[in-house]
Amino acid sequence: MSRKLLFEHIATPGIRGLEGYRANGGYRSVEKALRTMSPEAVLEEVKKSGLRGRGGAGFPTGLKWSFLAKPEGVPRYLVVNADESEPGTFKDRYLMERIPHMLIEGMITSSFAMGAHTSYIYIRGEYFCRPDHRTSDAEARAAGWLGKNILGSGFDHEIHVQVGAGAYICGEETALLESLEGKRGNPRIKPPFPAVMGLYNCPTVVNNVETIAAVVPIVNDGGEEYAKIGIGKSAGTKLISAGGNVKRPGVYEIDLGITCDEFINSDEYCGGVEGRAFKAVVPGGSSVPIIPYELFLKTATGESRLMTYESLADGGFATGTMMGSGGFYAYNDAQCIVRSTWNHARFYSHESCGQCSPCREGTGWMEKILHRLEHGEGRSEDIDLLWDVQRKIEGNTICPLGDAAAWPVASAIRHFRDEFEYHIRFPQKVKDPKHFEKEPFARNPKFATA
Amino acid sequence: MSARTRPITTTAGTRPFAFSEAALAECKALMARYPEGRSKSALIPILHIAQSENDGWLSVNAMDAVAHVMGLQHIEVYEVASFYSMFNLHPVGTYVLDVCRTAPCMLRGSDDLIAHLEKKLGVHCGETTKDGMFTLKGVECLGSCGTAPMLQCGAGYHEKLTIESADALIDALRARNQRTNYTDQ
Ligand SMILES: Cc1cc2nc3c(=O)[nH]c(=O)nc-3n(C[C@H](O)[C@H](O)[C@H](O)COP(=O)(O)O)c2cc1C
Ligand code: SF4
Ligand code: FES
Repeated sequence: MSRKLLFEHIATPGIRGLEGYRANGGYRSVEKALRTMSPEAVLEEVKKSGLRGRGGAGFPTGLKWSFLAKPEGVPRYLVVNADESEPGTFKDRYLMERIPHMLIEGMITSSFAMGAHTSYIYIRGEYFCRPDHRTSDAEARAAGWLGKNILGSGFDHEIHVQVGAGAYICGEETALLESLEGKRGNPRIKPPFPAVMGLYNCPTVVNNVETIAAVVPIVNDGGEEYAKIGIGKSAGTKLISAGGNVKRPGVYEIDLGITCDEFINSDEYCGGVEGRAFKAVVPGGSSVPIIPYELFLKTATGESRLMTYESLADGGFATGTMMGSGGFYAYNDAQCIVRSTWNHARFYSHESCGQCSPCREGTGWMEKILHRLEHGEGRSEDIDLLWDVQRKIEGNTICPLGDAAAWPVASAIRHFRDEFEYHIRFPQKVKDPKHFEKEPFARNPKFATA
Repeated sequence: MSARTRPITTTAGTRPFAFSEAALAECKALMARYPEGRSKSALIPILHIAQSENDGWLSVNAMDAVAHVMGLQHIEVYEVASFYSMFNLHPVGTYVLDVCRTAPCMLRGSDDLIAHLEKKLGVHCGETTKDGMFTLKGVECLGSCGTAPMLQCGAGYHEKLTIESADALIDALRARNQRTNYTDQ
């Protein structure tokens, strides 16, 4: 049984409102930090906790905060990344809808540590449509948790909710800042990093919703307590949103370090697959490499794979994958990997901001080639062509969206090349969009670990 | 969205546009909440307001009104409006059905749902029904993959859809015959 640090009260009646939240220990971290701690002491606890960014990259949060430049007379900002558009990821929405004050509490405590008097929640437009996200900050303000001289500590803080308008790229932190400044979401060239030159050219920390929420238990119970959960550099709990062909889709808070087998097969989490066999897994959002089910359970060297940043990446891209955002989805054997890869490629082509030609053109090419493969119009040279195109994108772009577009294609070819070949050999069969539903594709085991 | 900036509609934009009093006040309040000289940050929120006041899409007149209120060049408004996929640059139906088509939804049957809706409504994704009631849009992951397949209409998420429940939804929307948008509570 994993510990519940973020979800302890997720099902408690009334937890969505300020009163219910407060009655269950809410805003304690603000009281503790503002009344009994210095900003440096809060930062120290976050460092000790080993918390890593939950948005996808897994960068150590305390370290990121410590890079924040502090020139005299220049404001600093905290920007919470609630853009959550990585396919497969729905944990931030879950957290914000069920226990919205936790994010606000985390933002006040974190901003205190950074000396930021204004923070923004950049929320994707589609979520903002939903009224749930628009009342909690007003509630918190009315109760004195926001505004001037909070708890008589002399610390002032304001939160603004900023709405996006449908652009995956605005989840990339510098594109997000551009968007927040009222512009197109074109990523900026780094350096300078946001910690030095971020929002309005001021020092800025951009953190994911879950990262900031995790600051609450870290400050309440101490960084060392938090670091006791997990293994090595994967400390604490992580929210995983599970979807695809699992029996029990949903958002789960796991202790980092449980086995992948437990996560996908035990009834506490995904509960296995319904009716059929598992074929493949994307464990961290569509940008991370897809791997065959067997390689998800066990690494290439035969060890049990664990739900940690390190273990999921074990074997590099040849046989491993990544933790990513925790947007987990699994494929059963009725699914076609070529179809799914085409779907992924269409996504990245649609979402490329268009600044770099390898990404803008390459994603379009990949979509086109995959479309014809999946629709029974593939050519014998297409697989090699695809491989070439994805290689020319990776590493040659301003932001990581280019890599994120290349990896799903590369990993699909690496592990499921025979399925691509099948599409070229049997164009008539694959014209039926459900070609593997009646007759699952029998994989050549040679490719599983190649 | 996106690499390929979408064209704006110039011909159908001749209908005049003016913000309501209430919306204008909201725009002013939004612009005031940013630091000195940074009111351009309010552009996306204000475009949402303009869109909801213009039958769900942004005509040139609506965008020009935004530029006027915010003291921006017209082009600054067009380039932003054309970048973000939630801004409709052509007239839309009373209801915009945003159906998620991304891989996790596909694994749970969104292809079938989209095919069914296209057939039932007699339009392709991106088109509006002749009676002006529905615009069908294929959109990317809406963060609801665990309850897939799903679609968004105005403020509402309609999840775990089946062919039957999707039909029932269409019928209910048709009977109500009234737009919802993000300003509805
Ligand atoms: C294309 C792209 C999309 C991203 N989307 C998101 C997102 O939706 N949410 C998020 O928190 N981080 C996203 N990120 C990661 C952010 O750039 C950034 O690393 C993160 O917000 C930092 O927060 P963390 O350190 O708390 O994880 C994305 C990155 C890229 C390259
Ligand atoms: S890699 Fe793609 S999304 Fe990123 S800046 Fe370049 S074109 Fe834009
Ligand atoms: S893929 Fe459809 S909601 Fe995520």
